[in-house]
Amino acid sequence: MSLLVETTAAAGRPTWETVPGRIAAVSKETHDTFTLQVEPPPGDPVARFRPGQFSMLYVPGVGELPISISGDPGHRELLTYTIRSVGQVTYQIVTRKPGDFIGLRGPFGTPWPVEEARGKNVLIVAGGIGLAPLRPAIYHVLRHRGEYGRLVILYGGRSPRDLLYRKEFAAWGMLPDIQAMATVDYGGVSWRGHVGVVTTLFRHVRLQPAETVAMLCGPEIMMRYATRELESRGFAQGQIHLSMERNMKCATGHCGHCQMGQFFVCKDGPVFPYSQMKPYMDLYEL
Amino acid sequence: MATSQVTAALAAHPFLEGLQPKHYETLAGLACEVSFEPGQIIFREGDPSSFFYLILSGTVALEIAAPGRFIAIHTVGEGEELGWSSLLDQVNKQFRARSVDAVRALAFDGARIVAACESDHEFGYIVLRKVLEVVAERLRATRLQVLDVYSKKGAPGK
Amino acid sequence: MRKKQYRLHQSDLSSLLENLRRRGYQPYGPQRRDHAIEWLPLDGIHQLPAGWTTTTAPATYRMQERSDQALFGYWTGPDSLKKLLHPPEACLLKAEYNGGVRFVRQAPAEVKRAFIGVRACDLAAVAALDRVLLSDRWVDDIYQANRNGALLIAVNCTSSAPTCFCASMGSGPRARSGYDIALTERVGDGSSEFLAEPGSEAGASILEELTALAAPAGWEKEAEESCQSAAAAQTRAVDASSAPAVIDRTFDHPRWDQTARRCLACGNCTSVCPTCFCVNIEERNALDLRSAERLRVWDSCFTQAFTYIHGGSIRTTPKSRYRQWLSHKLARWQEQFGMPGCTGCGRCIAWCPAGIDITEEMAALEASSGSTYPTGVSTHGN
Repeated sequence: MSLLVETTAAAGRPTWETVPGRIAAVSKETHDTFTLQVEPPPGDPVARFRPGQFSMLYVPGVGELPISISGDPGHRELLTYTIRSVGQVTYQIVTRKPGDFIGLRGPFGTPWPVEEARGKNVLIVAGGIGLAPLRPAIYHVLRHRGEYGRLVILYGGRSPRDLLYRKEFAAWGMLPDIQAMATVDYGGVSWRGHVGVVTTLFRHVRLQPAETVAMLCGPEIMMRYATRELESRGFAQGQIHLSMERNMKCATGHCGHCQMGQFFVCKDGPVFPYSQMKPYMDLYEL
Repeated sequence: MATSQVTAALAAHPFLEGLQPKHYETLAGLACEVSFEPGQIIFREGDPSSFFYLILSGTVALEIAAPGRFIAIHTVGEGEELGWSSLLDQVNKQFRARSVDAVRALAFDGARIVAACESDHEFGYIVLRKVLEVVAERLRATRLQVLDVYSKKGAPGK
Repeated sequence: MRKKQYRLHQSDLSSLLENLRRRGYQPYGPQRRDHAIEWLPLDGIHQLPAGWTTTTAPATYRMQERSDQALFGYWTGPDSLKKLLHPPEACLLKAEYNGGVRFVRQAPAEVKRAFIGVRACDLAAVAALDRVLLSDRWVDDIYQANRNGALLIAVNCTSSAPTCFCASMGSGPRARSGYDIALTERVGDGSSEFLAEPGSEAGASILEELTALAAPAGWEKEAEESCQSAAAAQTRAVDASSAPAVIDRTFDHPRWDQTARRCLACGNCTSVCPTCFCVNIEERNALDLRSAERLRVWDSCFTQAFTYIHGGSIRTTPKSRYRQWLSHKLARWQEQFGMPGCTGCGRCIAWCPAGIDITEEMAALEASSGSTYPTGVSTHGN
């Protein structure tokens, strides 16, 4: 029940109320992706997030974007965001310096079904920057290791230099009862790992569909392929969960931008059971 | 590996799932177990395509030569197959295959599998269906790879 | 027990304005400006558009003189209460730079306004906005402040414009709920009288203060009859109950392509729609760069940028945007909020420069969405 109370605490705040977050650290993950650690005001509900939720990050005078929280839900004194610099606002965010302030709103959105997955195996399928929103779910499973079965993490990236959290990823693979495999579309000279799209990794892991909850995040095309593949391997639609991306301005279902059929991705998602998304995913320009 | 062990290994291999026992025996008669040290060249681009492999353990990279380096375009591992072009006539290897780590596999002379398929069309039909599945999966994966979905612009064409 | 109904003379409307001002309300009323009816602050009854009417048709809206002096003898103009309750531009937040940054946000204060002459379709639109902006997990406090201070005085429609289809959407022509006072105008020789019924305690107490005159027997029946004949006279209709299923079946229907060749993606329909609530956020930097404001402005799902995510927009074509708009109004809104997002006011028909008619579009989709057309995807009941 405590979770419900927490949600209400953040939801009861007026939509546009923004609190300052002090940037504690900025670190470079890859050539275009950075991880920021942001210190929220002490005790502020903006930090009470669950794995899979996102914040709205605001650079005054520039703009605001929804960014998934990529840190450990067990450590809420700092909020962690992994951001790829692809546009004006993301560029402005990743070039902030420690000590600078940005605006924070949130947390928003539906979480990964970590409660539902209790007692089951967890299959994480990530593509590109999609590993960032999944990382809190991984941390959650690791923190409550006894409550879950096997943890399988499959991660696809463009090339070795695009892979996030490489050291951490390798360390996950060393833990007992965890299988962590990465693959890239374009292997380099020194890459000794898998080459091929992430779906090709499904053949390398023993999946027990009936006992497994799958969580997917990545480009929509990759998720479409991956969901089809999982379905053909015996996963029911309700066992597969996806995190969707759409344009968002408010994060509270009031700006209208993120609509996908009957859903507002900001408040009904971003994490959806595949059973809800399947009718929509093949509709072009929905 | 004794013949019975080979038959068991074949029966356990995902590629051959669903075959009849007699078919496993046919294949077992054609198979020989091979192993490769890490970094060994299994076949080269341009080689006559002769062997077909079912990988039992380890990972193999399919690579193509570019000036000054090799680019890995795909990797296959345990439970997968390598060298399906050996089942076609007159095709040379399109890629170099190199073991990434220690690899164990069952090797088949492609020409002898084809001959077995010719003499028993039911067996041949099943083998070709299996190969078609492999080819379809590779094609799907390749198309997705070509899309470059992780690039900064998202999928090209947008 | 039946609520008491009152008889008001035209001159009582001046007392009504006085009464509202005493209660702290700024009266607003329909007025003729720039050849259209607009909602503006009302200083006196003389500002109401006596003797004026409007004619509407696809892509047409004209003001014309009537043969009588009816005060409310026109139909909806481009304005709706949306403009006043959910304003086209609102400041959300100010960021002040002072070494660090400080975010300043004042909770919006209640604005007391009384709107005289709200049509039944626009009451339904307010109910729709209430549902979207007040009754969900998050509350839009700007709308809330405006809405809490709003007193709604409805005027029933005793005739319909050619573009009206409120009867089929179940929202009019007579106001059934959501008002403080509802008036039905009885146009006489030179001046009008009104049947007035309270819809709230505030409305009842205002009417008690204004007059002791009960409405004559028979006025209520006459009001009901004229509203019903207004409904019967409507030539346009949407089958609201079948619309969601039709829309689900016709995602790839060629009709969308045909309509897209006419649609300019100008966004007029979304601007005049009394329920379209979408907004965008803009940054406005002070010239001295010491502060920045976040402004919320009306947006339209017809713009290219509306669905932009890195890599491109989801809806690149006018076809997909028109389909989104219509689908949202008549199907998705039902699933999202348990009510239709269209009130049948007909504004989008009149103000579309290409004359695209939502009722005609729905009819075309419905007519050819039977067995001959391959299915879309049913998203109902999942």
